[in-house]
Amino acid sequence: MNKEMVILIAEDDAGHFQLIKKNLWLACVNNEILQFKDGRQILDFLLDSGDGTHLDDTKQYIVLLDVRMPRVDGLEVLKKLKENDRLRKIPVVMLTTTSESSMIEQCYDMGCSCYMVKPVDYHRFMKAVQNLGKFLSLEGLRLPSIG
Amino acid sequence: MKRDCVILIAEQNEEHLNLMKNGLLHAGVNNDIVHFADGRQTLDFLFDITQKSDGELEGREYILFMDIDLPQVGGIEILEKIKADNMLSKVPVIVLAAADEPKIIDRCYDLGCCTYIVKPAEDEAFRQSITKIGNFLTVVEMASLR
Repeated sequence: MNKEMVILIAEDDAGHFQLIKKNLWLACVNNEILQFKDGRQILDFLLDSGDGTHLDDTKQYIVLLDVRMPRVDGLEVLKKLKENDRLRKIPVVMLTTTSESSMIEQCYDMGCSCYMVKPVDYHRFMKAVQNLGKFLSLEGLRLPSIG
Repeated sequence: MKRDCVILIAEQNEEHLNLMKNGLLHAGVNNDIVHFADGRQTLDFLFDITQKSDGELEGREYILFMDIDLPQVGGIEILEKIKADNMLSKVPVIVLAAADEPKIIDRCYDLGCCTYIVKPAEDEAFRQSITKIGNFLTVVEMASLR
């Protein structure tokens, strides 16, 4: 695993965020995790707009993105990211309750790396995030540089 | 990943292919696997798919595991061609390569690979990595090609 990998999680549901964070940790993901409560916040971070913290060129990023979020939704975030020459390399994993095939197709069309549907069952949700975590912990996983 | 999602593997190293099949089985992934030993075969198969009718493609899902170092047509060129095609661009491509060079890694992500994994040198570590990828894929949804 890349030690300098930072996991950006755009998730408006505080309970889901805690569950994701906890289960990534249970899967031995010890990387820095940043939470964004809506699409606007993560876009501000990625596009160096707004007053908060911004992207650090020396680090590598992966985005976990919910679809339904206030202000700016996940589709808009994905679109903006993939339109941007510098940011489009960043892998985006959709993590959402939406399981309609048209949404899945649209996200792949727009360039998401993977699309995960949040299982409704608590234990299956935990297991799914842990599977993601073990994947992110793979020693051979490489991420793009954005510098 | 649905049970009928077809797993495509572009890999010239027989031993690696067997470790991959074995690793996927360990993850409980029993999906059909189609293997290509070179880049030309891979592209021929994929572009044959694009000729099929909407009816034939209804619900068809694929994922591609691909090495970069392939005879005839290299992995980067395959990725370029897949991602330039409206239909095939929806197929997730997991690059599994020996090359651990930032330039190649950045190029693959820029072209739209799903993920880039450097193959562990040791067989058992390689198989275990594939099992973890397989476990992850069981909770991932793929896009139907139509």
